[in-house]
Amino acid sequence: MELLNALILMANFVLVPALAYGSQLALGALGVTLIYGILRFSNFAHGDTMAFGTMAVILFTWWFQSMGINLGPLPTALLALPFGIAICAGFVLATDKLVYKFYRQQRAAPVIYVIASVGVMFVLNGIVRFIIGPDDQAFADGERFIVRARSFKEWTGLEEGLTIKVSQGITVITAVLVVAALFWFLNRTRTGKSMRAFSDNEDLALLSGINPDKVVMVTWIIAAALATIAGTLYGLDKSFKPFTYFQLLLPIFAAAIVGGLGNPLGAIAGGYVIAFSEIMVTYAYKKFIGYMAPGDWSPDSLLQLLGTNYKFSVSFVILLLVLLLRPTGLFKGKSV
Amino acid sequence: MTMNRNFLYFAIMAVLLVIVGQFQSWNLSLSILNLCLISAIMALGVNIQWGYAGLFNVGIMGFAALGGLAAVLISMPPVPAAWAAGGGGVLLSALAGAATIIGCIVAYAKLPKGRARSAIIVAIGVIGFFIMRGIFVPATDAIESVDAAKTGYLGGLGLPVILAWPIGGLLAGGVAWVIGKITLGLRSDYLAIATLGISEIIVAIMKNEDWMTRGVKNVNGLPRPVPFEIDLQQAEWFQNLSASLGQDVVIFSSIFVKLCYAGLFLAVLLAIFWLSERALKSPWGRMMRAIRDNEVSANAMGKDVTWRHLQVFVLGSMVVGIAGAMLTTLDGQLTPASYQPLRFTFLIWVMVIVGGSGNNMGAVLGGFVVWFFWVEAEPIGIWLMDTLTSGMAEDSGLRAHLLDSAAHMRLMTMGVILLLVLRFSPRGLLPEKTGHH
Amino acid sequence: MSFLIGEKMTGGYGGADILHDCTIAADQGEIAVIVGPNGAGKSTAMKAVFGMLNIHSGRVMLDGEDITALTPQARVAKGMAFVPQTSNVFPTMSVEENLEMGAFLRRDNIQETIDQVYELFPILGDKRRQNAGELSGGQRQQVAVGRALMTQPKVLMLDEPTAGVSPIVMDELFDRIIEVARTGISILMVEQNARQALDIADKGYVLVQGRNRYTDTGQALMNNPDVRKSFLGG
Repeated sequence: MELLNALILMANFVLVPALAYGSQLALGALGVTLIYGILRFSNFAHGDTMAFGTMAVILFTWWFQSMGINLGPLPTALLALPFGIAICAGFVLATDKLVYKFYRQQRAAPVIYVIASVGVMFVLNGIVRFIIGPDDQAFADGERFIVRARSFKEWTGLEEGLTIKVSQGITVITAVLVVAALFWFLNRTRTGKSMRAFSDNEDLALLSGINPDKVVMVTWIIAAALATIAGTLYGLDKSFKPFTYFQLLLPIFAAAIVGGLGNPLGAIAGGYVIAFSEIMVTYAYKKFIGYMAPGDWSPDSLLQLLGTNYKFSVSFVILLLVLLLRPTGLFKGKSV
Repeated sequence: MTMNRNFLYFAIMAVLLVIVGQFQSWNLSLSILNLCLISAIMALGVNIQWGYAGLFNVGIMGFAALGGLAAVLISMPPVPAAWAAGGGGVLLSALAGAATIIGCIVAYAKLPKGRARSAIIVAIGVIGFFIMRGIFVPATDAIESVDAAKTGYLGGLGLPVILAWPIGGLLAGGVAWVIGKITLGLRSDYLAIATLGISEIIVAIMKNEDWMTRGVKNVNGLPRPVPFEIDLQQAEWFQNLSASLGQDVVIFSSIFVKLCYAGLFLAVLLAIFWLSERALKSPWGRMMRAIRDNEVSANAMGKDVTWRHLQVFVLGSMVVGIAGAMLTTLDGQLTPASYQPLRFTFLIWVMVIVGGSGNNMGAVLGGFVVWFFWVEAEPIGIWLMDTLTSGMAEDSGLRAHLLDSAAHMRLMTMGVILLLVLRFSPRGLLPEKTGHH
Repeated sequence: MSFLIGEKMTGGYGGADILHDCTIAADQGEIAVIVGPNGAGKSTAMKAVFGMLNIHSGRVMLDGEDITALTPQARVAKGMAFVPQTSNVFPTMSVEENLEMGAFLRRDNIQETIDQVYELFPILGDKRRQNAGELSGGQRQQVAVGRALMTQPKVLMLDEPTAGVSPIVMDELFDRIIEVARTGISILMVEQNARQALDIADKGYVLVQGRNRYTDTGQALMNNPDVRKSFLGG
């Protein structure tokens, strides 16, 4: 019984939140890694692209809500998602045309793209704050829980309850569907394969007649879709605040690098590695050890490795360790 | 030609400051000047990294914050009660931390490679971490409960605050060394990501480690390198001086203090500028630029590119750290929550790019111009929004929203300026001199 | 006039000219080989024919059509295929996907061509699901040649196809190249291994400092004592 309680405790506070958060990071990291693979730079604007896309989704959600359109138990945001993606993709394509295209034609050094992406990041940042403001925005509606702690306790007779929020369930399901669709696209379609070819060997791809403009365009659209989906899921699960999305940049980059920049499979694995590490390191194990230890003994301290204020330093440390020990990442990304 | 151009730009800058002095106030004009000077030093530091070597540092904020931390640690008086309560514990936990790291390194070096070694290293690390935290947490709790409203931290060393400037540089340089050691030699993106991360973490530490920095409670009343206005107003010589100049004592004391700061800052700026120019023109500087312009051939020529980059990265970060310490000295207080990436990282970048990467004079000019417009953009922006929306009804929601959002326009404007300069005038206002002999 | 001819080409990569009045040609079903010392401009001559550098005098003709102004991509569409010396496969894509990418411009059914490539290089058929990056050097070259054949080219250009492969693999590759030529494709090839290459060549070009020094049939060049002494190591 004690053991079961301990397991439920871990599932409730570590497994479920980390699965949801990891899925959000994985989707974000997929966008970063795709841009890196095809356009060959680290896109610092990705966090704010997520914020922009999510903002568009929120605005559509509010509009739908005001018209009384909803999805019943599911959040209205899901209905707004395609519209948000379209707006975000349009914006991202415009930045490509206005900013990045020039440097591509110049064959500029990667660091110039990175600086340009920092510029885009601040423009986006300004636009988002200008339109929706810097504060928290709530846009989740519909049913809140799939499993409630109390009913779980009544049902199982255990001391510990398990809570699964709708947003968490939606996150994991959406992530699985999106990843499956993306991999189907990359591995089975002509355009997807041409993107992989372009990422592998740009010169040879050109020799084979692959149209670089189309590859770049499709990449931006996919990245915008991934960013919007990741941002919306994160916002539904936690809340939407522009600055938080900027801060998500670090764990997302860490996830992409841990998995090997340019490697989509690695980005997914990296997302979960970062999420689980972050949550496990900042979780207080006092109660867990209390269940596991014999008798009534329970440790005095919280047994927390690191305060939650420092949760993003976890991704940073993992990032540094990977760069130190295996700079190509766990799944062999592009050359360093 | 370049000489004239330099002179022209700086003359325009001076005129702008005089206009502000005449039409707004001299106090404001001098405040702007002081921050221009500090910004120029930060821009010099970034120019050393970017202009000399092409290193992209996205963590300028962190290095400036380290300088600010140094100002507190050096100049504030120690708090004996806090030291008695938990000083020993903090030191002991630092020792435990060091011992853990050394233990891991020794195990790595001495034990045969394999799973057993990895397991032992992880075990040492985890156990050492828990021991360290076991000592650290109660010690810092004790410190933070010592007169929390006024102190609640260990205080500093009680030394003259000027000393914090070089120490701040050293602190920033030390962190830069560790980061550079890990990421230089890899793709340029990694340095950018790592510096972004470390700066966020440094600021998080300063916000949360109350025993060291008082966190968001801020450290106020830092000792000054210049006299206090109130003392001046009571000093006879000063009263005579202001009388002979026909100035109001209270206003003139404030101006006088600002002039003192300006003098100090100018001295530091000139010293760092002179050293940077010397370095740039030395064989070392020529080699740096050769590496920047063609890393591959420099590598082939047997130059140790990574080692040179590390040198330049540390030096540039030190300059930023010095400027950070100076800024906190000028403010007279450490406000960890004020470290925003926009203000401390991005704005400095705009200064360097607008001024002219690779040219120290350009970096200084960029510091002046961008800071000036950064400060003056707010009134201009609000005025602009006000004018634009004047046709709307007083109680229009859109109008209120637009007026509220005017501040965010600065973000966007700066981003647009960076992108435009990068695209259409990548060499900046004062381009780097090339092909000289 | 030959099926493919780069005629009196002069040009370089923007700096000083590397090629001077250089002429290279190949007929249908013929193997033409460019040999010469290091820095003779062999690869440059080939790239000039393929449009990868600017020539400011001379012209390139394919099947009687002047293609001098066309980009490499446009020349691919005209029926030329090029196998670079290095980075000539997509390493994280399977062998079959590499071949599909080779046929990217084609809109018809490519399965038949894929089968032909597998017939020519049976090992590729066995490893069709494996990533090209995991193959041995010789197998990778086969993938590279196979990828180029996927456009059903009239001209196949190979830049040192045997660089870094063992002598046995080299012989095997040359055998395959002869087979390809027999199907009527013109082959233009730059080779470091001059002796073996001239052995299978219908036509040989010896370049020195970007100029034609000797031009003859492969056999004649092999028998030419000057060529032997200077370029074939006696």
